[in-house]
Amino acid sequence: MFLAVTGFAILRLHSLFAVVMLSGVYSLIAAAMFVALDAVDVAFTEAAVGAGISTVLMVGALSLTKQREKIPVHTPLLPMVVVLVTGAALIYGTFDMPNFGDPDAPANRYLVDRYIQESPKEIGIPNIVTSVLASYRGFDTLGEVTVIFTAGVAVLMLIGGARRRRRPDSRAGPEATRE
Amino acid sequence: MTFVLAHLNYWVVVVLMMIGLYIVVSRGNLIKKIVGLNIFQTSVFLLYISLAKVAGGTAPIADERFTVYANPLPHVLILTAIVVGVATTSLGLALVVRIREAYGTIEEDEIDLQDDEE
Repeated sequence: MFLAVTGFAILRLHSLFAVVMLSGVYSLIAAAMFVALDAVDVAFTEAAVGAGISTVLMVGALSLTKQREKIPVHTPLLPMVVVLVTGAALIYGTFDMPNFGDPDAPANRYLVDRYIQESPKEIGIPNIVTSVLASYRGFDTLGEVTVIFTAGVAVLMLIGGARRRRRPDSRAGPEATRE
Repeated sequence: MTFVLAHLNYWVVVVLMMIGLYIVVSRGNLIKKIVGLNIFQTSVFLLYISLAKVAGGTAPIADERFTVYANPLPHVLILTAIVVGVATTSLGLALVVRIREAYGTIEEDEIDLQDDEE
């Protein structure tokens, strides 16, 4: 419920700084919700990465761009129709979903009992999420690291390359004054 | 009534997802679009974590006092997804900074206008 309110506030506000701060608040509420849903590992990752690093990145990007959003001129009728139709289709899709918290749902039956019973013995650590992440699905995590590395290299190419290309007569950002 | 309670979580997820989609589609400001994408992303995380919840279960950390645990597999997938999400967000923001250096604006319509003039 809080999440929806924060989402609407982000939609309505035009001050980008407030929007970025609210997105941090949104991540933090999402993290609290993950704790309530028994996903503690996900919750602390979301709190650290979603509420922390994302917000820092966004504030950094804001300092290099401008602070206010232009008021939209054209009528948002078409997007609204698209969104409502998609939303209705998705809600219709949830009618076939298993009940919330149902232990017999297909997703909660397959392979899970084995992880819960065997992983503390096989891996030797009590946290099942960590065992699955680092051991059974280690290749996934390796792929994840590759993605992060690629993203890091791409960011450096984009921003670092821009600094070299910048001419002396171009717009001076806060970054230029630092140099 | 039980049907509504059993599906309320999914509906909240759909509402959040649509808020995110609406921001991405209707707003011209590039940073706001990225925030909208983040909202969309978090709603998907919430969907997975809702699926992993088992009634009467506890967090998936083995202890002899508990027998029922939440499903650890979606948790693992979402942990990966959160970190990848930050990587894409940072890439998007880097692109926005580049666009701002090239065009002097981060509003979509002004960028289109400048492209038309050339």
